[in-house]
Amino acid sequence: MNYLSYEFVQNALIAGTLAAILGAIVGYFVIIRNAGFAAHALAHIGFAGAAGATILGLSSLEGMLLLTVGSGLFMGAAGDKVHRNDLAIGMVLSMSLGLGVLFLSLYSGFAGQAKAILFGNIFGVSHGQIVEMVLLSTLSLAALAIFSRRLLFASTQPRLAEARGLSLTGLSMTFMAVLGVSVTLASQIVGVLLVFTLVIAPPGIALRLCRSFWPGIFLSVALGVAAVWIGILLDCASGFPATFWITTLFFILYLLVEAYCRFFVKSGH
Amino acid sequence: MTPALHISDLTISLGGNEILSGINATIEAGEFIGIFGPNGAGKTTLVRAIVGTLAPTRGSIRVMGMSPGQAARQVGYMPQGHGGFDSTALSARALVEAACHGDRWGIPWTSKESRKEVDRVLEVTEADHFSRRPFSVLSGGERQRVMLAQALLGNPRLLVLDEPLASLDPKNQALLIECVARVKQLTQATILFVAHDMNPLLRVMDRVLYLAGGGAALGKLDDVVTSPSLSKLYGFEIEVVRVENRVFVISAEGNVAESECAHHDHDHD
Repeated sequence: MNYLSYEFVQNALIAGTLAAILGAIVGYFVIIRNAGFAAHALAHIGFAGAAGATILGLSSLEGMLLLTVGSGLFMGAAGDKVHRNDLAIGMVLSMSLGLGVLFLSLYSGFAGQAKAILFGNIFGVSHGQIVEMVLLSTLSLAALAIFSRRLLFASTQPRLAEARGLSLTGLSMTFMAVLGVSVTLASQIVGVLLVFTLVIAPPGIALRLCRSFWPGIFLSVALGVAAVWIGILLDCASGFPATFWITTLFFILYLLVEAYCRFFVKSGH
Repeated sequence: MTPALHISDLTISLGGNEILSGINATIEAGEFIGIFGPNGAGKTTLVRAIVGTLAPTRGSIRVMGMSPGQAARQVGYMPQGHGGFDSTALSARALVEAACHGDRWGIPWTSKESRKEVDRVLEVTEADHFSRRPFSVLSGGERQRVMLAQALLGNPRLLVLDEPLASLDPKNQALLIECVARVKQLTQATILFVAHDMNPLLRVMDRVLYLAGGGAALGKLDDVVTSPSLSKLYGFEIEVVRVENRVFVISAEGNVAESECAHHDHDHD
């Protein structure tokens, strides 16, 4: 077990941990708000940003961030209140995938990098990227620390929250911007196609099991971080990609939890 | 004494349709008011104007002498419909905790006082013994008692209950009404109770606010729910039939009250 002495493994673990923590916490609200489609769309929208960034001379992280946060704000503004935002999300998603295709055709050298963006490149995280990731996740967590109480209220009881004077649109926009940051970070690790793995799976499983907020958040974070570490170490040992291991772990866990819920929670209490 | 609710010349248009046209009503503190009317008569529109989530097109609403926004903290609100937690194990209690001071900034930490307050409201509606079970496995009647508990947070002086009886069987309807009556006795709060059928409320309500054809009639049941008075409100022939202390409002096409229950939907906006 001396993989840990390699710098690229250390970097992978640090970046993976950051992405897992942020994904697990932000994802908790994604599940409560039924915003899975938005999370999925934001990740794919980021692909266009990453592709476009190469042309503009930005790093792919910066390009993704620009586009995911921008479209997150737009989606939040367009679809306040009660989930009537599928159309808005779908339109923004298809437009940016179209742009992604355009950028790919304009810049043929991009194909290799495109694969890394789609499927993740966990061992390719540089020191500079880690600094950026620390900064971004701190910023996002700080934002959540300020408005998560209102967000939880508005997510569980939108009508009531509105009557208490909360701006559903404002909260929705802020949340979607934070979600944009977290899917961007998560896609650095597992790739755009597999963002669900870090943003949906840990909180989804935690919310099936935990009946109150804090245990749910802690379990979600624990699951996310544990899966990332196990995945990375199994990658080192087996040569199969970490992303494969992480998704496999979550899928098995999901099946177990579903079975548990079917047989014990629904029937008894 | 300032009236609990003073509505003067209230007109609300939604999407070019005038839903309420110049209605007037004054409700004294401590009254139990039943709000009735056919689908689309503006019951939910009126409720939303009272809780301050819908601005009047013309006219004014004063809640305890204040604007609806200023009075928000003294108004308990039970919106129509709920759910969306079917994929989570979040307990009823967790939802009430999220609503307790949910409009504050910061993280959703439940303080000791908040926990006591949540205990108190759950006890009042006799929801305490099932409040730790997932909201998704509760029966309709149990869910409504949780939502009623939530409306009692902070000891409001005015309770606005939007169709709490919808989709409950007669036994659970009676239980919920008993619960509301107990709350009123305990707190002396003013109660606005929106319902389709007035019969379950005959024994508990003081006066009736009947909405139809854009107008409103407020008064004692015997004065408002009569053939001449309702015919004038609807603008066509309405017959009020009383059978063994039950009231039926009938139009030429059939039973007005029952046809509403048959295709009950939530969207009045």
